[in-house]
Amino acid sequence: MNGSLLKARYQPDPAAASSPLAETTQVPRRKIHLKSSRLADAGFRYLMLGCALSVLAIVVLIVRELFLRSTLSLHAFGLKFLMTQSWDPVNGDFGALAFIYGTLVSSLLALILAVPLSIGVATFTTELCPRILRGPLSYMVELLAAIPSVIYGLWGVFVLVPILRQYVQPFLAKYFGWTGLFGGYQFGIGMLAAGIILAVMIIPIVTSITREVMSAVPTAQREGVLAIGATRWEMIRVGVLRNARTGIMGAIILGLGRALGETIAVTMLIGNRPEIAKSLFAPGYTLASVIANEFSEATEDLYLSALVEIGLVLFAITLLVNIVAQLMVWSITRGSARRAAV
Amino acid sequence: MGVGIQVNQLNAWFGATHAVQDIQMDVTANHATAIIGPSGCGKSTFVRCLNRMHETIPNARVEGTVKIGETHVYGNGTSAVEIRRRVGMVFQKPNPFPTMSVYDNVASGLKLNGYRNRRELDEIVERSLRQSALWDEVKDHLKKKSGASLSGGQQQRLCIARALAVEPEVMLMDEPASALDPISTSKIEDLIFELKQNYTIVIVTHNMQQAARVAEFTAFFLSGKLIEFDKTEKIFTTPGDKRTEDYITGRFG
Repeated sequence: MNGSLLKARYQPDPAAASSPLAETTQVPRRKIHLKSSRLADAGFRYLMLGCALSVLAIVVLIVRELFLRSTLSLHAFGLKFLMTQSWDPVNGDFGALAFIYGTLVSSLLALILAVPLSIGVATFTTELCPRILRGPLSYMVELLAAIPSVIYGLWGVFVLVPILRQYVQPFLAKYFGWTGLFGGYQFGIGMLAAGIILAVMIIPIVTSITREVMSAVPTAQREGVLAIGATRWEMIRVGVLRNARTGIMGAIILGLGRALGETIAVTMLIGNRPEIAKSLFAPGYTLASVIANEFSEATEDLYLSALVEIGLVLFAITLLVNIVAQLMVWSITRGSARRAAV
Repeated sequence: MGVGIQVNQLNAWFGATHAVQDIQMDVTANHATAIIGPSGCGKSTFVRCLNRMHETIPNARVEGTVKIGETHVYGNGTSAVEIRRRVGMVFQKPNPFPTMSVYDNVASGLKLNGYRNRRELDEIVERSLRQSALWDEVKDHLKKKSGASLSGGQQQRLCIARALAVEPEVMLMDEPASALDPISTSKIEDLIFELKQNYTIVIVTHNMQQAARVAEFTAFFLSGKLIEFDKTEKIFTTPGDKRTEDYITGRFG
């Protein structure tokens, strides 16, 4: 009965259809220019494809250029370049080991200092702090990212280094000197100073991404943990941090990427001596710093070529770190995906 | 064993919105009590006041007294954490922990309480999964499958097992079957029937047939007020209030 009712209602009134009024009120069918719209669609697609490919092309061109310009050094030293730490422009003997060491150690130090702090700040802003402070606090952290690196370098030289020299280094030497990591002359400038400044510089990016992934954890998860009788800290640990761990890993990797390539501030603080020392007080040198410092004075072809190869090494390390990180993130997510598939 | 709940002059707010007004209600131990009413009538908020989940929402406020057994839920010396261990809750949308296996999901509450004994944990996990009628479906891959990999109905029964594992005295269910298909729904309803032997159950539902099927008592809420609270058959056959009658006969809501 319902069906017949519906039909009756939706049947067009034959009288109305034949009336002249109905004809004039009929909406004229718009002509669509099929051909031109299809053309525009294809054009748009190729334009976007071009944009995507251009990124790839830039990377390929950079690598090609690095290879071409470092041929001399590549031929002269081969793999030995990565395994020796002599850097002697006068005698034309070059090795990158000390720089690789300096880059990795300063970045690692930065991560060790910055990651717990960043996760702490992110946890405070998303979970604990009063709503009204949330905005200003996040803004302040992001403001740290807006400071140019040369300013960080200056601040390091004039503020951080004296503090390190006067208070921090004597303290570390006295109580942790036995580890061997905090021995030798206390200049202030050195690996430790570089690591600290790098930590300050990567805190904003690690914090803001961690904050984003933490606040993306659904309320239902938090409530689920609370409902089984969890304290606030347990709720954060089980309900939030655990669910956000893949994202936090990504945040750490982005921070590491930034630390590896950072140049000016590190150059101003690390001491610029191509040596591998166990003590974190000792000066060091990074891949990025040596390029920045010596590029303008590299007059000989081999010297210049060795510096370009340093650039190639830095590129390779950054790439490697990203691949390893991607694999790590992948293995975590794949672990849960496999569970999901079983 | 379950304990009764006494609610006295309960009021709850979200900011300036007075969501629950002057509720007076006694929930009988070891029975199921259904809360029905149209959307936005305050039934979920009311239930969330019973285990102090309401206060986890920013700007939310509660006044009045709630007694679970002999404990004053909003008493001075009472901690919300302790209340939530005694009053379990199942939410409308299944929320298993996706990073944990089925086993760890069920054991999570105990682990938070510091349980470490493997054998005891195994026993409790099995018992809880059997109680929630999920054991046979998951026993072969307890530690391999993630909680999120189960079907919606299984996820909800997993959440029930998770709540049962900490051995609560009261079980709150906030529309536990509204996101599920009819077969899963009937499994959950059978489960409620089983559970009310040992637990006091308060179930919020949109589905009046469900209330009639599982609950001995039914409360009808409207605009934040408790309109009528009586034996289920009384509510559904001879309601004392015109508004209740209008609602159950489908005249509004």
